[in-house]
Amino acid sequence: MMSNIRLEALKPGQSAIISQINTEPGLEQRLLAMGFRIGRQIFVLRCGWLSGPLHVRIGTTEVMLRRQEASQIEVTNVNNFQLRPVNPGAAA
Amino acid sequence: MKHVAVLGMPNTGKSTFFNRLTGANTSIGNWPGITVDLMMAKVKLGEELTEVIDLPGIYDLRGFSEDEAVVRRFLESTPLHLVIIILNATQLDRQISLALQVKHLNLPAVLLLNMADEAPQFGVEFDPDKISQHLGIPVLPISAKYGNGYEAALKAIHNAVQQQDKPIITGSVEMCPACDEKIAVEMENLLQQAVSTPEQIQTNLTTQLDRVLLHPILGLPIFFGAMYLMFKIVYALGIPLQDQLQKLLDWVQASALKPLVAGLPSFWQGFLLDGIYTGLGTVASFIPIIILFFFCMAIVEDSGYLSRSAFLMDAFMERLGLDGRSFVMSLMGFGCNVPAIMGTRVMRSPGLRLLSMLVIPFSLCSARLNVFIFMTTALFSQNAAPLVLFSLYILSFVAAIFTATLFKSKYPNKEPLVLELPPYRFPTIGLIFMRAGNEVKNFLRWSYRFIILGVIAIWLLNNLPPGVPPASSHTFSGMIGNLTQPLLSPLGINSQLAVALIFGFVAKEIVLGGLAVIYGQSEQHLMGAIAHQIDWVQAYSFMLFTLLYVPCLSTVAVLKSESKSGKFALMSVAWSVGLAWVASFIFYQGTRILSF
Repeated sequence: MMSNIRLEALKPGQSAIISQINTEPGLEQRLLAMGFRIGRQIFVLRCGWLSGPLHVRIGTTEVMLRRQEASQIEVTNVNNFQLRPVNPGAAA
Repeated sequence: MKHVAVLGMPNTGKSTFFNRLTGANTSIGNWPGITVDLMMAKVKLGEELTEVIDLPGIYDLRGFSEDEAVVRRFLESTPLHLVIIILNATQLDRQISLALQVKHLNLPAVLLLNMADEAPQFGVEFDPDKISQHLGIPVLPISAKYGNGYEAALKAIHNAVQQQDKPIITGSVEMCPACDEKIAVEMENLLQQAVSTPEQIQTNLTTQLDRVLLHPILGLPIFFGAMYLMFKIVYALGIPLQDQLQKLLDWVQASALKPLVAGLPSFWQGFLLDGIYTGLGTVASFIPIIILFFFCMAIVEDSGYLSRSAFLMDAFMERLGLDGRSFVMSLMGFGCNVPAIMGTRVMRSPGLRLLSMLVIPFSLCSARLNVFIFMTTALFSQNAAPLVLFSLYILSFVAAIFTATLFKSKYPNKEPLVLELPPYRFPTIGLIFMRAGNEVKNFLRWSYRFIILGVIAIWLLNNLPPGVPPASSHTFSGMIGNLTQPLLSPLGINSQLAVALIFGFVAKEIVLGGLAVIYGQSEQHLMGAIAHQIDWVQAYSFMLFTLLYVPCLSTVAVLKSESKSGKFALMSVAWSVGLAWVASFIFYQGTRILSF
């Protein structure tokens, strides 16, 4: 089992499971509404230039958030992922 | 009359649905204690006329943002017969919480799952009947954009409204940790039984496009290319259209209106033609640009690219307390400030919006460019003129960045930048037209009185007391010009140029015409007359002042209507005039000390 690290530390192409959200209530509520719930898998798609924001995906929602906010989210179970083509069964 | 509210998360096509439901006859309603515009319309549902209100898109009924507070206040104060909840069918895994919150308020509701046509593309499956069982309200999949499922949805809404005889008003929508926990549990259950979202991440059109459009190296050049193209489309088409419209208005004035008022004393002729008619013309001349601007904005915004600009520009804009969308608007402000300020409405955080509105007027718009081209041609050599012009563009950026840095603590962006990047979509033609039409309506609704009154006031200043040559030193504006000399002569701005600045308050387009009147020269000979009277240092100081002080009356009008605060508009005017004075003073005195 891996220990918790901060979402900010993930690199593009890595996914992880959200384990803790340590933010003020306003941001926590917004994150929840964006789908950031404990136990959900989060994918880091890319990072902006000059320590710009992170582009992440949870479920079918894509979100950008700044590093400042990402440093308040802890994740675990870091893995590498690859984009897959759509499952043809689901598209039918 | 019965009342129905439309509620939903941002980016769910809520407005598209509202427009489809209500057609073009929307208006803006006044609600006690609510400062945000709420669109409403009267719609015939069956036999009954029903009032439908479009609430701002929100994430959470108990959220902390301005929009969320507005929706709370609205629900707590307005008895409703029905709430139509709109959610994005592909994102039910997170959005269903809003429907559960409404359920807990015991409001009569219908849930529409919009963009149902997109669900297979994302591998999302859902069962409307099961969701309906969980929530105890009708649930229908629709596509507001293409109209699929719309008839059935309308029928369900009609039935629900008919069954609801008495309106219901909810109690307080307050914090309730216990309810939140209950909702979280219900949400898990509902999602498990009725919705399936793939956990594996898949490629689709959006991920493929993002690979190019958000590319670490190519992303920014493509963004600037796209902005350049948009700028070109809006203004390469818009400015000639504006000119043609002006010619048409002049022609009507010369051939129809002038003979009509010929019998009146010349003062009243001037008042009617140069005051009221010119005022109307000023309002009208913005319409083509606003239409074109919002055509393009609708495409850039609805396609999903505008939020990507926030991602691309954030590293830089964050330091200024702004975000990438403010950057897009400021850039567009280089064509015309008026639609750019109206465009800030896409930013929902009040602090961010006000700061953007404060910055945009420093963008060197095409009307100011005309003045600068004239002055640089008159007073600078062919080699120096482009450099002078370029320096003004640089100063325009510097003033904007300086203003943002200075005011970012006064208008803090309280909303965290956790921004959704919606999938790329093709906006429909109908929606693009609807958007442009609504924006023109919006502009006319708030701004025309202010602009027309302003034009009349300036005309009166230039022509009263009766019997003196217009804009001469004997008129009120001439007197003001003289009165301001103690303030403006340290900037090298003489009384004639001061009167031109008063003209310029209405619109920079008329500064040259104003100068021609003031100097009593035709525009062809004006160059010589001015070059004879002032030197290049004075000219540059005048241009610097023109660049920084109030862009035009129409900009002030939209600043006031968009911020809903006369105080804010006044503050913006005071700040820009103050900055203009200081900058010109430093330049003029500094250059004189260096004995140019």
